[in-house]
Amino acid sequence: MIVDKIKKREVQAVKNKKSNVDIPVGKWLKCEQCGEILYKEAVIKNLNICPNCGYYFRMHIDRRLELIIDEGTYERFNLDIETTNPLELEDYPKKLKTLREKTGLKEAVACGTGNINGEKIVICIMDSGFLMGSMGVVVGEKITYSIEQAIKQKLPLVIFSVSGGARMQEGIISLMQMAKTTSALTKLDEAGLLYISVLTDPTYGGVTASFASLGDIILAEPKAMIGFAGQRVIQQTIGESLPEGFQTAEFLLEHGFIDKIVERKDLKDTIYKLIMFHKGGEK
Amino acid sequence: MPSVKLSAWEIVEIARNPKRKTSLDYINEIFDDFMELHGDRNFKDDKAIVCGLARIENQNYTIIAEQKGRSTKENIERNFGMPNPESYRKAIRFMKQAEKFKRPVITFIDTKGAYPGIGAEERGQGEAIASSMFEMAKLKVPVISIVIGEGSSGGALAIGVANKVFMLENAVYSILSPEGYSSILWKDSSRYKEAAEKMKLTAKDLYDLKVIDKIIKEPQKNGEVDFEKLANNLKKEIISSINELKKLDDKNIVQNRYEKFRNMGEYIKL
Ligand SMILES: [Zn+2]
Repeated sequence: MIVDKIKKREVQAVKNKKSNVDIPVGKWLKCEQCGEILYKEAVIKNLNICPNCGYYFRMHIDRRLELIIDEGTYERFNLDIETTNPLELEDYPKKLKTLREKTGLKEAVACGTGNINGEKIVICIMDSGFLMGSMGVVVGEKITYSIEQAIKQKLPLVIFSVSGGARMQEGIISLMQMAKTTSALTKLDEAGLLYISVLTDPTYGGVTASFASLGDIILAEPKAMIGFAGQRVIQQTIGESLPEGFQTAEFLLEHGFIDKIVERKDLKDTIYKLIMFHKGGEK
Repeated sequence: MPSVKLSAWEIVEIARNPKRKTSLDYINEIFDDFMELHGDRNFKDDKAIVCGLARIENQNYTIIAEQKGRSTKENIERNFGMPNPESYRKAIRFMKQAEKFKRPVITFIDTKGAYPGIGAEERGQGEAIASSMFEMAKLKVPVISIVIGEGSSGGALAIGVANKVFMLENAVYSILSPEGYSSILWKDSSRYKEAAEKMKLTAKDLYDLKVIDKIIKEPQKNGEVDFEKLANNLKKEIISSINELKKLDDKNIVQNRYEKFRNMGEYIKL
């Protein structure tokens, strides 16, 4: 379920000795779309968008929080958990430890409460810098816990997805997180609470096939790659090349699977407006 | 009965054997008067999932089953048991009717996975799988899922959100195929046998991981599976589990299923 395109970028990032997220080592970074060498500070100031071609860089959780949540209002949920390594893979715990040190992240998702223009919400943000945002038991549990907190505190839920899908290293247990998160969303639905799913580049596999596709409202960033099956798998199966623009946010909008494509600069206000449109529905 | 311990890869080969019994074989053997009904009322009748009504004595059932072909011709017709979104939408239609008419739902899982195609993506394969699980999680009737062959990826789980999950002794259930797993995790698709061992995809592994509730033995006769005996045992298990589950009221049948999936996967608190 991990997408080939993502892989390629990951390899590239390692080659260039910089992360594929937004905080590379050094002051400069190369745009993946136009190839321009950019001053890092200038990119960050520009909402992590290439000033030359408009390419959307993937974002570290902390940067996304800065852009979406009112300053000083984010409170992370006190849920520090770790995988039991159900497949008993030798190198997996070591890999997680290295990633934690390298990224400053605990896992591929961060969850808590915070305000959007003064409106309190439950917010989950995924990060592609942590094992491609893949969903194992920790991500599944944190998303589920956040859904339960939204119900308990009667708050709208906003999830920013970016993921290669279910996490291979935890095997069937990762697959089961799809059913776990989905089951929890049925309860949020019954409670009459709003769930806004925001799809960012890339969102694939078991995340697309579970909570990311179940928002009351589904938004996407422009040109984000979104799908169930990875492009190489599809190509190998059908033996022909894929149409231009296949699996982009624009493609999904055209086929009726997302509500709206929203530019990064407008995301916070759009989410705020949507929250205000849905007031009074809670049971 | 030979008691040779099979390797995980050998079990994968048994589960995939084209001569292995398919969903319709079990349905026709276990139920009376199975009537297949077609279509998602929206786009088409996708034949990788078979839906219909059936009965055992006085109990009506809704059947939802992934169906591999039993011949090359049938395999082409059934897309080798790999559902397109319309299959899951057909399944959703039958789930809702099952609830309306208070029929327990029995699903049979046997697929290499949801079909990876252009049309499947255009018509929202991810959304279809997510919605199928969503509707299944809410059902106010008892649901039993039986993994009879290959249960691979979200394409299998889409019809697997059940109160009880049974698995045949030589079936497999996994995040994806061992070939896919080794090529993604180790960048080496030739290590599929090793992957099969690592993945914990056998009935015993999954029972230990609390992913499934019961292993259905595959009794042997003259070196082959005694299908009649197997189907008969499975029938008894279906009847007794449904009788148990029918004691739960609407709210508790949903809650029973919810708790099962809510608790999927252990973790360590730091
Ligand atoms: Zn650029």
